[in-house]
Amino acid sequence: MKIVACIKQTFDTEAKIVIGADGQISDEGVNLILNPYDEFAVEEAIKTKENNGGEVVIVTVGGDSAQEALRYSLAMGADRAVLINDPALANADSHAVSVALAKLLSDKEAGFDIIFAGKEAVDDGVAQVPSRLAAKLDIALANVVTAIELADGKISVTREIDGGTEDLEMALPALVAAQKGLNEVRYPSLPGIMKAKRKPLEVISLADLGLSADDVATKVEMISAELPPARKAGQKLTGEVDEVVAKLVDLLKNEAKVI
Amino acid sequence: MSIVVCAEQRDGKLSKVAFEALSEGKRLAAAAGDTVKALVIGSGIGACADELKKYGADEVVLADNEALAAYTTETYAAVLAAFIAQESPALVLMGHSVVGRELAARAAGITDCGLVSDCTEVIFADGDYTFKHPVYAGKAIGTFKISSAIRMATLRPNVFAITEAEGTGTVAEFAPEIPAAKVTVKAVNKVSGDRPELTEADIICSGGRGLGGPEGFKLIEELADTLGAAVGSSRAAVDAGWRDHSAQVGQTGKVVSPNLYIASGISGAIQHLAGMGTSKYIVGINKDGEANIFNVADYGIEGDLNKVIPVLVEKLKEA
Ligand SMILES: Cc1cc2nc3c(=O)[nH]c(=O)nc-3n(C[C@H](O)[C@H](O)[C@H](O)COP(=O)(O)OP(=O)(O)OC[C@H]3O[C@@H](n4cnc5c(N)ncnc54)[C@H](O)[C@@H]3O)c2cc1C
Ligand SMILES: Nc1ncnc2c1ncn2[C@@H]1O[C@H](COP(=O)(O)O)[C@@H](O)[C@H]1O
Repeated sequence: MKIVACIKQTFDTEAKIVIGADGQISDEGVNLILNPYDEFAVEEAIKTKENNGGEVVIVTVGGDSAQEALRYSLAMGADRAVLINDPALANADSHAVSVALAKLLSDKEAGFDIIFAGKEAVDDGVAQVPSRLAAKLDIALANVVTAIELADGKISVTREIDGGTEDLEMALPALVAAQKGLNEVRYPSLPGIMKAKRKPLEVISLADLGLSADDVATKVEMISAELPPARKAGQKLTGEVDEVVAKLVDLLKNEAKVI
Repeated sequence: MSIVVCAEQRDGKLSKVAFEALSEGKRLAAAAGDTVKALVIGSGIGACADELKKYGADEVVLADNEALAAYTTETYAAVLAAFIAQESPALVLMGHSVVGRELAARAAGITDCGLVSDCTEVIFADGDYTFKHPVYAGKAIGTFKISSAIRMATLRPNVFAITEAEGTGTVAEFAPEIPAAKVTVKAVNKVSGDRPELTEADIICSGGRGLGGPEGFKLIEELADTLGAAVGSSRAAVDAGWRDHSAQVGQTGKVVSPNLYIASGISGAIQHLAGMGTSKYIVGINKDGEANIFNVADYGIEGDLNKVIPVLVEKLKEA
């Protein structure tokens, strides 16, 4: 089987956000990690290979630093990686990313059976890439998946919907976007980390894909960013339990008017 | 030009966020001098039209077809994309529900439109639209522009006000070709029971590691049911197996903005605050006076939740 996992490098979830002089979010000094949901995608890709044989290819659109997230995925057990890195993709939006990935996966890396992704990137991402990519490749998609079973060229999944879950079945090739709970993510072992250093990591440009800067012109641009108004600490209610609770109920009713 | 609102329904019942999106669409249409059309996709959805008329739809468009009885992203996105192509609207709005976000994104992928997801504000000025959307889980608010002629946006649930309005309210049918689905829906399982959906709830009662065990959630449920609230959880309580992940609030859980958020036995880690920091009012109940939740809570009670919550339930019942 040819198994692909799409990953994105993101800010550490602990990161404090700083707005630079240009009004944009600064990445200076920020610790970068593999997007938490993509860990589930990489894990599922490796598990799928362990059960069915084949190879796991990790793909990403990103800058030089994204190599780290790729090496981490290789250390977990993936076979090789492809980084699409091009100046024209510096401000890539979900549209640009999905155009580049779709070209890669239908051309240079054609012949995949299953693609894994995360359900969303925890930075500026908002769960667009998997849906856009599935549309471009014209393949089935199961989003927000918490359980998966693969047999006889068919995938059965359970996925979250509003207020419940859904059981879906689809034929390969397909795209599965992972939700937390899909699996237990392994940590790279020391030998895994050593081996990862020698695994193939190919860096390609838009030209290598036969795409022009126009093909990936963004549709959405972030003009500026601001910090949200800081929440102020409010009142701490002190005293006997009976008293403070009575006070709280009164405040909720008469001051906040929320009950 | 028109504004299209894709109104989400399941089993013929429109979701709350559909009315929020339509109300916002009407407000923007009034500002831009456009008309607003509400598109409903499904099977046996005729009754939705009357309801949507009350919120200012100038036209309700029904894509009513047996092949659309079960929701699949592909078939619904194909219908939405076909309608967008036919209508060429200035703006397409829908709710940022689990279903809405993927449907909008797949339709955007088909039509190559720019889409800003999870908006908390849409502004019309000088003939153009600007969108605000929290990034890095609410640690910053980004301002966005869309360069494609057709702009799409999904709206964060519970943020936009629902307002009744007059509209022409004609009803039209839309019958595009529907592709064969590549996905088969085997079963739909409801889990929320009688409690409101977490992202739509006006009040949320959440519990964390401080509950001490799964039975601690009985207290939270009792409080929630007294208030007609939804039940949420910190990640620590989810990781411990006390609550299903679908209840997790935070950066890697649900993002919620209720009128009232009551956090009991939750320390207030940055990743948790990311999911509930935009709540109108926050109450923190924690035995540690130094807990970070008190830095964001409007009202804080320092004490043992096992003592505080039963009294709170009692007093709420009296009130
Ligand atoms: C990548 C990543 C993503 C994450 N995403 C999320 C997320 O989406 N959501 C999330 O919530 N967390 C998330 N976290 C975890 C987060 O960092 C915290 O670990 C977590 O929120 C802590 O949960 P808690 O507040 O329940 O537990 P704790 O931090 O252990 O706090 C328990 C609190 O209960 C209080 N307490 C104990 N007993 C009582 C009592 N009897 N009465 C009253 N108070 C009591 C204690 O004083 C303490 O403040 C994430 C972490 C990472 C690294
Ligand atoms: N730049 C990228 N390169 C490769 N995959 C990506 C990229 N951005 C997003 N993805 C994939 O799409 C998922 C959802 O991201 P998003 O749509 O940005 O929220 C991620 O979890 C990744 O699996």
